[in-house]
Amino acid sequence: MRIELERRPDVSKLFSILSPFIALGLTLVFGGIMFMLLGKDPLSALYSFFIEPLTEVWSLHELAIKAAPLILIAVGLSVCYRSNNWNIGAEGQFIMGAIAGSILPVVFYEWQSPLVLPLMMLLGMMGGALFAAIPAFLKAHLNTNEILTSLMLVYVAQLFLDWLVRGAWRNPGGMNFPETRTFDATAILPEMIASGRAHWGFGFAILAAILIWFMMRYTLKGFEITVLGQSERAGRFAGFSSRKMIWFSMLLSGALAGLAGIAEVSGAIQQLRPVISPGYGFTAIIVAFLGRLNPLGIVVAGLVLALTYLGGEAVQVSLQISDKPIRVFQGLLLFFVLSCDTLIHYKIRMMWFDLTDTTADGVR
Amino acid sequence: MGIFEAILLTVITAATPLVLAAIGELVTERSGVLNLGVEGMMVMGAACAFIATQQTGSPYVGILAGIASGALFSLLFGFLTLTLVANQVATGLALTILGLGVSGMIGESYVGQSGIKLPQIVFPILSDIPFLGPLLFRQDLIFYLSIALVAGVHWFLFRSRAGLKLRSVGDSHSSAHALGINVIRTRYLAVMFGGACAGLAGAQLSLVYTPQWAENMSAGRGWIALALVVFASWRPWRIVAGGYLFGAVSISQLYAQAFGIGIPSQFLSALPYLATIVVLILISHNRRMTLINTPAALGKAFVPDR
Repeated sequence: MRIELERRPDVSKLFSILSPFIALGLTLVFGGIMFMLLGKDPLSALYSFFIEPLTEVWSLHELAIKAAPLILIAVGLSVCYRSNNWNIGAEGQFIMGAIAGSILPVVFYEWQSPLVLPLMMLLGMMGGALFAAIPAFLKAHLNTNEILTSLMLVYVAQLFLDWLVRGAWRNPGGMNFPETRTFDATAILPEMIASGRAHWGFGFAILAAILIWFMMRYTLKGFEITVLGQSERAGRFAGFSSRKMIWFSMLLSGALAGLAGIAEVSGAIQQLRPVISPGYGFTAIIVAFLGRLNPLGIVVAGLVLALTYLGGEAVQVSLQISDKPIRVFQGLLLFFVLSCDTLIHYKIRMMWFDLTDTTADGVR
Repeated sequence: MGIFEAILLTVITAATPLVLAAIGELVTERSGVLNLGVEGMMVMGAACAFIATQQTGSPYVGILAGIASGALFSLLFGFLTLTLVANQVATGLALTILGLGVSGMIGESYVGQSGIKLPQIVFPILSDIPFLGPLLFRQDLIFYLSIALVAGVHWFLFRSRAGLKLRSVGDSHSSAHALGINVIRTRYLAVMFGGACAGLAGAQLSLVYTPQWAENMSAGRGWIALALVVFASWRPWRIVAGGYLFGAVSISQLYAQAFGIGIPSQFLSALPYLATIVVLILISHNRRMTLINTPAALGKAFVPDR
């Protein structure tokens, strides 16, 4: 069998919409097979992975809590990826945002004022943006590959956080546990609605998605991002600077990742610990692609990936298996999303019999 | 054996997986394909090598399993990027995420088991040379393979016809295609070679470096290997120099921690990653040099026209 691609004259509208769903479907099928190999009934496993978390109010709140950082980060990444800047260090920017935002409630814990919370959010965005400024500077001015530098900085950020919570920032009254003091009530992001735990981080995420969507669709900046991403040369002729675009997209995505970090810490964890993220920064890459780099699509995709986290926790309890299938699901999903995107630009033809091609040409 | 030799031995052990993964990725990139999934293939190799060793009791079967799993896993990447022309950067990331997930799942019941260390192969006479003998001729199979692979890749790329073809595919796939070279097949083979080397590097981790399995045990080495290829400006022997440099950095931080000098351990642990960044800056700030060395078609998709 051989597979051949034929470029479509135009982008297929149908498959632009369908492809994420096909990818989801394929992931479910393969996920079912995986559960079967683990010796579980695939249907009931998939049910408790993907449906059960949606049936209760409290778990919907958990879904919003987990979706918030994913959407915030992925929306920023979509701007990066559309402009051809491969920031894959959002995990590090998330952590540095969380650290910068926590300066107030951890170091200046005696200061209690309604100003604390907005300042924390601002500091969080600055922390994330400054950390993203390192790979941005290196790429824009020293021509250094941003993929590798941004990824290396993730490890640096993780180690820095580890050092802080075990050393300088350790809770003096915390029995030597590696964690900071818990935040004062004035430093905790309030709940969005009365029915549960979901905090304003989800609100920020929706707001960010709408704003970036508007920017991409209706402003010159959005056009600039798309042009520079598709052809740097064409962008140059239009008078756009790819160097400025590196700075813009990296700082924007860093700031959003930082905001996600401080919102998660202030809203959900309420203190700093050695590990504050189950890999949100990396999962957000999947979210960005599943949402087809469109901010509104990313909102939906963020909810889907948040569901994999919840589902993973659910099957741990109901099926007595570990949380490891979560990562497998997420990886599979990204694979299928990327392969289904081919359908948008190409027609795929399966050549079941390899007839060295001459007959096929004759028919056409 | 003196302390100096002992330190050098640990440097060699730390450097070998980096050299192996980087030499494989070098061939892949020379064919014009950027596979960012090295970390994923490496960790798969580590898991499969360990599991196969535990099952059969033979670390040599483990080595084979590591190589095979890395190569098979890279085929996934090849299918997506070469056949379906998916974005190489994103697909490489997907491979890493999936590799970390799958290896964590299949290796779960092996966590904490003590493994079997790959035995040394002692060369008679040569191993009695003072100083060099124990360093170079009392090593395990994977070390010898790493050196042989670098020499072999150098010979292949710059002395053989097939290597010339591979480089031409990496520099201009359209010209290579016009000359009748099968671009896609060449790239598939290069990707699989990269996968096999990354898998072997993983096997070194779980059979030599620390003979056990732990989740995420590659700990960013796949990414460092990617940086090494840039550092080596796509030349095989420079991989060895760079790999040993990085090995030395990561070992020096371990010794510094052991001797308890007054720097927090986290800062020392961050050294290899920071060193990677510094080296990347030093190598790439000269834009022209980078342009000369980088395979011209690196990361670009190829769809044969008909």
